This record gives sequence, C-alpha cells and structure tokens, in this order.
Amino acid sequence: MNDLAPLPATGCRDVPVLRERGQREVFCGLTGIIWLHRKMQDAFFLVVGSRTCAHLLQSAAGVMIFAEPRFGTAILEETDLAGMADAQDELDREVDRLLARRPDIKQLFLVGSCPSEVIKLDLAKAAERMTVRHAPQVRVINYSGSGIETTFTQGEDACLAAMVPVLPQTQARELLLVGALPDVVEQQAVGLLEAMGIGPIRVLPAPRKQDELGVGPNTVFALTQPFLGDTHAALERRGAKHIAAPFPFGEEGTTAWLRAIASEFGVASDLFDQVTAAPRARARKAVAQAAEFLTGKSVFFFPDSQLEIPLARFLTRECGMTAIEVGTPYLHRDLMAPDMDMMVQGPVFSEGQDVDLQLHRCHAARPDLTVCGLGLANPLEAAGLTTKWAIELVFTPVHFYEQAGDLAGLFSRPIRRRSLLKLDAAQPPAARAEARR
Amino acid sequence: MKLAVWTYEGPPHVGAMRVATAMTDLHFVLHAPQGDTYADLLFTMIERRDHRPPVTYTTFQARDLGSDTADLFKTACREAYDRFKPQALIVGASCTAELIQDDPGGMAETMDLPVPVIPLELPSYQRKENFGADETFFQITRALARPCEKTPRPSVNLIGATALGFRHRDDITELTGLLLDMGIAVNVTAPMGANPTDIARLGAAHANVLMYPETGESACRWMERELGLPFTKTVPIGVGATRDFVAELAQFLNIPAQLDETRLRLPWYSASVDSTYLTGKRVFVFGDGTHVKAAARIARDEMGFEVVGLGCYNRETARDIRATAKEFGVDALITDDYLEVEERIEALAPEMILGTQMERHIGKRLGIPCAVISAPVHVQDFPARYSPQMGIEGANVIFDTWVHPLVMGLEEHLLHMFRDDFEFHDAAGASHHGGKSVPRSAQSDAADETGSMPGADAAPVTGTGTGTGTGSDVVTWLACAERELKKIPFFVRGKARRNTEKFAADQGLQEISVDTLYEAKAHYAR
Ligand code: SF4
Repeated sequence: MNDLAPLPATGCRDVPVLRERGQREVFCGLTGIIWLHRKMQDAFFLVVGSRTCAHLLQSAAGVMIFAEPRFGTAILEETDLAGMADAQDELDREVDRLLARRPDIKQLFLVGSCPSEVIKLDLAKAAERMTVRHAPQVRVINYSGSGIETTFTQGEDACLAAMVPVLPQTQARELLLVGALPDVVEQQAVGLLEAMGIGPIRVLPAPRKQDELGVGPNTVFALTQPFLGDTHAALERRGAKHIAAPFPFGEEGTTAWLRAIASEFGVASDLFDQVTAAPRARARKAVAQAAEFLTGKSVFFFPDSQLEIPLARFLTRECGMTAIEVGTPYLHRDLMAPDMDMMVQGPVFSEGQDVDLQLHRCHAARPDLTVCGLGLANPLEAAGLTTKWAIELVFTPVHFYEQAGDLAGLFSRPIRRRSLLKLDAAQPPAARAEARR
Repeated sequence: MKLAVWTYEGPPHVGAMRVATAMTDLHFVLHAPQGDTYADLLFTMIERRDHRPPVTYTTFQARDLGSDTADLFKTACREAYDRFKPQALIVGASCTAELIQDDPGGMAETMDLPVPVIPLELPSYQRKENFGADETFFQITRALARPCEKTPRPSVNLIGATALGFRHRDDITELTGLLLDMGIAVNVTAPMGANPTDIARLGAAHANVLMYPETGESACRWMERELGLPFTKTVPIGVGATRDFVAELAQFLNIPAQLDETRLRLPWYSASVDSTYLTGKRVFVFGDGTHVKAAARIARDEMGFEVVGLGCYNRETARDIRATAKEFGVDALITDDYLEVEERIEALAPEMILGTQMERHIGKRLGIPCAVISAPVHVQDFPARYSPQMGIEGANVIFDTWVHPLVMGLEEHLLHMFRDDFEFHDAAGASHHGGKSVPRSAQSDAADETGSMPGADAAPVTGTGTGTGTGSDVVTWLACAERELKKIPFFVRGKARRNTEKFAADQGLQEISVDTLYEAKAHYAR
C-alpha cells in the first residue's frame, strides 16, 4: 500500500490570515444541542434564554419534531428580568417539574444564552445547587451556547469541556476519542483501532452517564472534530496527552489520524497496513468516483462549521479541487497545524467575517462550488453559483474511510445536479428570446 | 419563566423581518448577536426566497459589551445605508440588545441619515412574532402615510400580507382578480410588494381590505382614524365569508355587490354524493385566530363537519375565538403550549384536525389525519402551484386540501364492504397516499376469530374515558366487546367507542359487553 503522498514543500501553516470583524452570518453554539441530544440518550438540554433561542433551535432542527424532544427552552419573561432571586427560584421550579415528568433523564445540561449571560444569571451556581438536590439520580452541568461567546459547533466544545472536570480520575492507560459522532461512524473507528490491538478505547461524550469514562495522566486522546479547542485544553489540564493529527476526513486524513494513534501505541507498520489496506482501497475508489465531477473545479468556503480547513485539505488533495478562499469562524492554529501543513499554498485563509464584503469577493471569484450557511445558499444559487450547505456536513456521517466517498458525494451532488438540469429549455419561448438578447 | 418545547411564534423582531422582507427599498438594522442571523434561513429556505432578507445585524460579541456596542450599531447603520441606499430604514433590537439598552432608535436619529429612520419598540420578553409584524407595519404606516387625494375611481389597499405568511402570495392574486371583477382597483398592496413611496400614498384609496388582522389591524385602525379609510372586518376565506366580504365592501364603496362564481366548485363538490361520507366528521380546529374562525365556519356550513373543539395560539385574537367557540358550543383553547394542544386533541379524539404544522405532527403521532390551515409555515406551505385560501379559488383549494387526508367516499364504502379482507383492511390507509400497506398479520386474524362471545377468562380492558364528563365511574370494556369494536371500520371506531362509553355511563353500567355496544349503536342511530 502506498504511503501518504509527499507533503507539499511549503504548507499553509504560516500563511497570513485575513481577519475580518463585520457582520457574521453564523449560528450560535445552541445549535449543537440538535446533534448532542441525539448522541447522549439520557441527557436533557435546558436552554435558559429567550423566545429567540427557542425559535433558533426549532428552525435549526427543521421538521424533526419528536414526541417530546430532550431539549427545551426556559423562556425568560419580563418578571424574571426584574429580580435575580426570582429567576433562580423559577429555574428550580421548572427543573423540578421537568425531572418529575422525565425520570429517564440522568444528566441535565443548563445551557446559557445571550440573555442569561447579559443579565448575569449564575447557571454554575444553579447547577451546583441542583446537583446536590437531585443526586444521585441526576447530574447537572452548565455551559454556555450563547451567540455572544460561541459560534455554531463551538457549542459542542463548550458542552464537552464542561463535562471534563467532573469525569472520575483514573490511572489507566486508555485511549479517549473525543467528539460526538454518529454511532455507526464511531464504531468503525473503534473497530479499526481495536484490530490493531489498541485498547481500551473510550468515547467522549458517552451515550449514557453510566457508561462513563475516567481521565488522568495516562489517558491519551485524539480529537475527531476540529472545533474542540476548549475540550482539548480541559483534558490537558487533567493531565491527559493529546495525539496531534490531521482530522479523519477522506482516505488520507483518516490514514494519517489512525497512524498517529498507532504510533503512540507502538503498532507495527505491517499490522497497520494489514488492518487499513482494504478500507483504504475502498475509500480511494469511492472518492475517485465522486471526484470525477470535482477535479479542476474551484471551491469557496464561507465560515460556518469550523470544519472548513480539514475539508479544504480533503477537496484539494484528494478530489483535485482548487480552493479560492477558506473562511473559518476562528482559527485554532495548534489544532489546525497538521491539516494546514498538508495544504498547497494558494487559497486565502480568512477568520471571522464581514458577510457583505465576503459575498462581494465570492461573486467576483465565481467559484464552481460555494460552501455556505442556509441563509446564503438560495440567494447565491439565484445568482448562478452552485452551493453546498455547510450544516449538512455536521449532521451527516462523513468521517473515516467508509464515509469518504459520501463526503466527496456531498460536494459533487450540487455540481452534478446543475449539469443535469436543462432548465433553460423549459423556459417559455418569450423568456428564452429575452435571455438571448 | 416558562418551559417551551416547540413554539408557534418566533420573537417580535422576526415579525419585523417578515414586514421588511415583504417590502422593497426598505432596510432593517437589527441590533443582535450573531446567532440571531438564523432567521435569514426562514426566508431563504422555507419560502425559497432568492434574495437575502434586507436585514443588517450588528452581531455584537461578549467582548463588545459595555464598551462599543453602540458604535457597532452606528457603523452598521451607516454602512447599511451606504450599501443598500433604501428609501427608509427601520431600526430595532432583538431580545439580547433590548437588555443592554443601547437605544437603536435614538442613536439612528442622531446620525442625520438622508432618509426616514423609523424606530421600533419590540418588547421581546412580553410579545411575539405576530405582534412584531403588526407593530412594525403600523409604525411604518404612521411614519410615512399622509392624507392625499383619492383616486377618481373606487380603489382599495390590500393590507396585511407579509413574507412567511400562509399563502399570502396567492391570496393577493386572487383578491386582486376578485376586486377587478367588481370594478375596484388596487391602490397599494402592503406590506408585501410595497416600497416606502407606496406607503406614503395609502390614503389615496377609498377603503382598506384587511386581509390578515394578525399583521395589519393596527395600521388599519390608524388609517381609519387618521386618513378616514374604513376597513373590512370579514376575511374572505370560504364561500360564505367571500360573499359577505363582497357585500361589505360594496356597501363601503356604494357599488353593486357582484361576485363572479363561474369557477366556484366547492358547493357542488360538497353536495355531490361522494361527499356523503364527510357528514358529521368530528374535526378539531387550531391555528391563528383568523384562519381558525374562517375554517370553523367552512367546516360546519360548507363541508358538513362537526366542530368538536377549536382554539388559537395568538392571544391577540382570543376574544374573537372565544366568541366563535361559544357560537359552536365548544370550549375555546387559547394557548401557545404545544403539549396542551396535544392533550386536548387526545381527549377529544377527533376524526380529523384542521391545524398548523404542529398539529400535523400531533396527528401523525395519534393516527389522526390533518389538513394544514394556518401558519407557522413549513416549506410545504409554499407550493409551486397557485394555491390561495381566499376568494373563489381559495374555496376550491380548501375543499381539495381538506378532503385529501381522508379516504374518499367510494373508497370508504369499499373498505367497509371488504373489511375482513386480508389486504383491504383499516391499516391499509387511503390508496392515494404513499407508504406501504401492511398486510394484517395472521396472528391478529386468529385472535380476532377466537370466539366473539364473552369468555370467562376474557381479560377486561379499561375504557379510555376520553373526558366526556359523564360521571366518575370507570367503564370497563370486556374483551369480546373490544374485539367487536375492532370490526367496526377505523374511521368510525373512535366515535363508536366514545358513544358506547357515554351510553354505558349514562345507563350506570360498569362494563361494556357486545350487547352494550349494539344497544349504544341503536341509541345513537340517526
Ligand atoms: S444568538 Fe444568543 S439570543 Fe440568539 S439564539 Fe443564540 S443564544 Fe439565543
């Protein structure tokens, strides 16, 4: 099996970054609740916020209306804003009611929002009080998903980082995989690593409170998502050691990520090759099929999910695309370094946003594919650009070998679709004549 | 503090966005954190708009608090004006900005922008989306509309249509045609399609047509007072309401009431024999006040349904809906708590729901068909085809929409005839719906076959006691009666169960046997 393609002579680690501070067009961290609550099956996420927060969650969840989802919003009202003591009492009352109605809940997350932060409602104090009150059945943890502090996927980071300090201490040498992934994807990674003789393997977040893991000086951890900077710092504070690696997107990224872990655990290279050969070959084949539509095409990333840099690395190295601009809400240099090292110089890296200026650059560059949020996609399509909504990259299984083809497919589908539709011919003759003029 | 799971309405600034997005040459500067930009996707995804809403968000962050959020607002305001050159600006705060009290209206006034700047008060912790839309349009009207010379020929304004409205786009087309038939011109349609210059000449019309009281009533009341424009009180949804509307408008304008009904099909479709099966269908109606009031009337008078309950989520129309409920002899449910609505539907066990997308989900879970009659909207509520709710075509559309979730008359008859057939049974569902039909399992067939006479070992099943309020006794279904009940076609089974339980309770019976079931059937036969 071939090794990794040689790294470009000069990667992008040190390229200057365009920093912008204008209007941002991104979700806040509350959005993470949509996938986190599916992952943690005995957890409830209670946002302490406004009607806007409730509406955001509902709009981001789209039509996924469940009987009674494991998230909700305690909506602050005029009376709560008048006196602080009241708001804490009110919160106790709502939580008592909720837990009485939902005895299946073992972990409760009190999630801060912009309004709760601005009025300085102390959710840490509330969580402490409630933990005592509802112990041992329910553990109460707080974090902030507010839009004044967190961007989209940063909400997951804040949530996991808040869980780290309360994890039990352990001296065991264990591998910890960090990041909320769909179960099927997670099992694939665990399966490959176990086949190399690596174990025991734990996952944060665990699906249930009782499956929980410990952390300590002999813990080594790998991140599966690039947006987990605070969680990374919290784990290091507990003495755990990070295995730096490119993120496991695409065949190359997955191989590099697995190899970094394998070398930490001293796995022989022939065993590594033996375990990875077949899935690597499958991934390459699957990526090649989708890449047929991507090769030679250009891509422009608006800042959104924080996955932009590893995905740009995948698209440029494995799918033959050229990146024009790679926007990211914020750039965590250390975590991104392995991915940036692998990228060929050329694209503009931008951090933060001034959406009108960025739209202007995008229209001027006329990329073949634009990766952006849902608010921008249809207006860009109407202007003749082809788009991929970034949120799907977070909701869909895209990590590791078996999903590498699906990941490439997410990008090739809009391009294929545009080439398939013959909508001009469907226009009335008058409009066609008009268009020709 | 109130726990919300799903909400019928967004915050008031989303209402303001619905007005701004519906209009042209108007720009909204909203003091808000970055996450609030999610609201753009409501318009670009649900409504498939091909432009971004005309909204600039300041997207302040934690580090800006206390220092330069006010400067951020001014910069955003200035840049928005320079970039978009609108004829007027509206400025406001979302829930978070309301707390930091920067006073966007006051700041914008000091900036000497060369166009009118209209400040909005949107109390996020008290009010909701419909209020925000109504208030925003009222403030725009108050700021810009001036008395002006009337048009020589009779004309009206169409008031209340916004972005993200339930079929507003098509209602405008339908009403414009209807008015044309009456010889009435449309002076201005607003907010949808109007620019600030159009708002200035609202007063040239002879009357206002208030299409949606939820979003247009305050402005209409103001125009009545200040510009002398009377406004219509009947919302022309349904055949009867459309006729009443035409009469009301004709009186305002002193012209003959004429309505071209050549395309109207609802009355004949409803009278034709296939519709016999609609008779007395028990329906529950829920949504915004305007659509609920209209739907209740159509359900009873034009479809022959029985309205067993109704309600609305917007408190602003509570009084009207209570009056309507009284007229129908039912209790009004005024709530924005989705769980309460679900509870009421479960208790009433209607055969059909006329509701919102929320009730569609409730119906899905409870196995009750639902037709959508009102916002909050979903991408499905913006069909590609012409699909109004108002006027003549609106009535036709409503007939089709409401009948669609049900099995057709002839089909219902066949289901009844062949109910013992292994593949043509209850669970097969209507043939025009997707989804695989589930063959009845051999096992449950066998269970149904084993003796229809009461057996000593038959385990009794407790009655559902669905809140008929007929005493505290719990009525128990004997297993044989329960099995017999299963043989009754599903679309009347709920009614049969309730009637039987009520009959048993009235008779002071503790148990329901097969005999009780048939005695009840005879008792209620009509
Ligand atoms: S940005 Fe703030 S106020 Fe807006 S939805 Fe997010 S947490 Fe709530």
